[in-house]
Amino acid sequence: MSGTLKNLTLKIWRQAGPSDAGRFDTHVIDEITDEASFLEMLDILNERLVESGEDAVVFDHDCREGICGTCSLMINGQAHGPERATATCQLHMRKFSSGDTIVIEPWRASAFPIVRDLMVDRSAFDRIVESGGFITAATGGAPDANLTPIPKPVADAAMDAAQCIGCGACVAACPNGAANLFTGAKVTHLNLLPQGQAERYQRVENMVETMDDHFGGPAPTTVSVRRPARRRSRSM
Amino acid sequence: MSMTLDRPTLDSKTPEGPLADKWDNFKANEKLVNPANKRKFKVIVVGTGLAGASAAATLAELGYQVDAFTFHDSPRRAHSIAAQGGINAAKNYRGDGDSVHRLFYDTIKGGDFRSRESNVHRLAQVSVNIIDQMVAQGVPFAREYGGMLDNRSFGGAQVSRTFYARGQTGQQLLLGAYQQLARQIGIGNVRLFNRTELVDVVNIDGRCAGIVVRDLMTGEVSSHSAHAVVLATGGYGNVFFLSTNAMACNVTAAWRAHRRGALFANPCYTQIHPTCIPQSDDFQSKLTLMSESLRNDGRVWVPTMAGDTRAPQDIPESDRDYYLERLYPSFGNLAPRDISSRAAKRAIDSGQGVGPKQNGVYLDFADAIGRLGRNVVAERYGNLFDMYERITGENPYETPMRIYPASHYTMGGLWVDYELMTTIPGLYAAGEANFSDHGANRLGASALMQGLADGYFVLPYTISNYLSQWLNKSIPDTSHPEFARVEAEARDRYHRLASIGGTRSPDYFHRELGKIIWDYCGMERTEAGLDKALSEIPALYEEFSKDLRVTGGEDGLNQTLEKAGRVEDFFELGMLMCRDALEREESCGGHFRAEHQTEDGEALRDDENFAHVSAWEWTGDATQPTLHKEPLAYEEVGFQTRSYK
Repeated sequence: MSGTLKNLTLKIWRQAGPSDAGRFDTHVIDEITDEASFLEMLDILNERLVESGEDAVVFDHDCREGICGTCSLMINGQAHGPERATATCQLHMRKFSSGDTIVIEPWRASAFPIVRDLMVDRSAFDRIVESGGFITAATGGAPDANLTPIPKPVADAAMDAAQCIGCGACVAACPNGAANLFTGAKVTHLNLLPQGQAERYQRVENMVETMDDHFGGPAPTTVSVRRPARRRSRSM
Repeated sequence: MSMTLDRPTLDSKTPEGPLADKWDNFKANEKLVNPANKRKFKVIVVGTGLAGASAAATLAELGYQVDAFTFHDSPRRAHSIAAQGGINAAKNYRGDGDSVHRLFYDTIKGGDFRSRESNVHRLAQVSVNIIDQMVAQGVPFAREYGGMLDNRSFGGAQVSRTFYARGQTGQQLLLGAYQQLARQIGIGNVRLFNRTELVDVVNIDGRCAGIVVRDLMTGEVSSHSAHAVVLATGGYGNVFFLSTNAMACNVTAAWRAHRRGALFANPCYTQIHPTCIPQSDDFQSKLTLMSESLRNDGRVWVPTMAGDTRAPQDIPESDRDYYLERLYPSFGNLAPRDISSRAAKRAIDSGQGVGPKQNGVYLDFADAIGRLGRNVVAERYGNLFDMYERITGENPYETPMRIYPASHYTMGGLWVDYELMTTIPGLYAAGEANFSDHGANRLGASALMQGLADGYFVLPYTISNYLSQWLNKSIPDTSHPEFARVEAEARDRYHRLASIGGTRSPDYFHRELGKIIWDYCGMERTEAGLDKALSEIPALYEEFSKDLRVTGGEDGLNQTLEKAGRVEDFFELGMLMCRDALEREESCGGHFRAEHQTEDGEALRDDENFAHVSAWEWTGDATQPTLHKEPLAYEEVGFQTRSYK
């Protein structure tokens, strides 16, 4: 059931730093088992580059099981590549064929400056959460966990939203580079829960304001557009 | 002025009184820092997983100045996020006989009577607070239709005490703790240093005075001083190269502290998890865990006949061996991890392995799907089934999963006393980085419990007992020459690694080291094998020192150089692991010495000679560590032979 991929042409974005010009480097790579993950294919390339005295391609990655949200590649123009709801680290080479050309780029969004090669800075997401993506509940003194029942459909819907891995693919895929899906997922998670009610309005206002600061929102003069947007969020 | 520490002593500082009263007695008698004075103290927290994020957030809420460090781009990336199955707590919401004592007892027994009784009891006590706290923070745990919290059971327990959020409990708990930390960052109580790695610990006048770090974006090495330092930097399971750990998990922070005087306890206690997806090729970078919770509904089996290559559907019931149900009828498929792992190894060693490489056993859901329906199974485990299919290309609803044991968790770690302080005054270790609660084997769903217990409910209490003595006294800041000296050592080290100019990448050496450790210090260990490892590892290290190739220079972002430093520390740790495994001439929990087993192949403990914590002191020579022993006494539960039959 396993096979070997031959003659893959990788066009990889290389860029020394945030303000340097970038370029595509082309590497032809052979003998990749289709059991390998996409990132293992890049590991193999990097090991070959290092052992032949060249600089490894810089890319972010960590858990390799699709949950930490660290990996972040634009593969043939698709964020995380061709497989639906699958992070780059869970994409396997059996989705490709011998002779394929694969274009690998970083997330491209003005709020995610390129650090080097395929690595970008997604700190703007942290700033959004810091501004309101939490429930204020200092440690100690919490009431018994079963004191407030939460209907299963509500808990399930909150969990659906809470599953966001914070990878930034939504921003990369959006033509406007917007973070509404990331912000909206956190708002939905917290505002659905009884514990999140006390801060629900302030949470949304603060998070949206921070989001707009980093990802660009409506121009300051178009107040009439901005207000309804917030009101819609309140009804979540 | 002395830079060196006094000779280490292993005073566990266990409080007086009956076991159940010790934590209350500690809290009644500890020294406090009043709220107005807390802002005069700075605490450094390294690592932002469950233990680090919860500690940093809580210490900041209390009023301490906190600097938090993570080598990730964001605190939310820490590997706690990957924990799947759940978190234990003695809530007894099921009314099935659970209690603080029962959780305490299960943890002691699960750890094979090699953990410190007082710490474990405290863990069981605070477990109930964790669930309350996480629900208050908005963690969307699984619920029943009436709105109450749902539970499931895990290996090594006969009650249902595990709380969960689908198969992503670690993710939801970490995001909860991360959000508490983010709130403190947002209001300026915590300064966050992301993409910054600890490279050394600085001791001045017999106490930890701070840390030296490397900015991974610029390569710049700098110093940070504090009144106290907390290492919450995770475990060392990546010493095996292939493990369920994330790629960046490493031992460097704990190891650097060890080299500066912190004793390292029980390094040979490593957990091999029984349900991982088997290795498929030689370039594999990691092994993926399939949550132990799957064993609630999956049945483990192999063909009775060795070398049976029929498809699983074609093997009739009469030709299947459900070996866990057969060998351990009272726990069945939920036998603890070490026992299940060794049983799988025995089956595969005897030729009954399945899959293309015959390196797996089946985990079969056909019965569960027949009993519960596909929808219920999908609701419980859907994301795990999807992940399995993405990795293997096989659909587990239709064909049984193939699983095999892999390195997953490390029970050993920095020795800490009851207050979680290492043998360096002012240096604490929390979560997987310490050794304290799991003995020789950790039970499922107890890692999340321990990380959050340490960070939310233990450290915030114990740290004031140390800090109070420094009120209104000056401590050395980073202008002290010792910081400059340690910084220079760190720079020299990275310069050395960057300029060896050999031919092999750090990954090559990591992979080769991992093979040695897996072969000789993995699921089964022998004296001859460990001797062999102890001669092969230094030889490979010698090759590393001469033939390593790091491209990209030492200044600026260089992932190859980062990796080289971490692999070098794994070499020294690997030697200590093997030394510890060789010295511990018994089998207990995850440490199985083939020479010490019962007639039916179970672990044979030697309580007469080995009922102690082995805490190792760095001597400057990785091959000649000094052993210290902390005796383990059990007042509440006597030593028992661990049986899950």
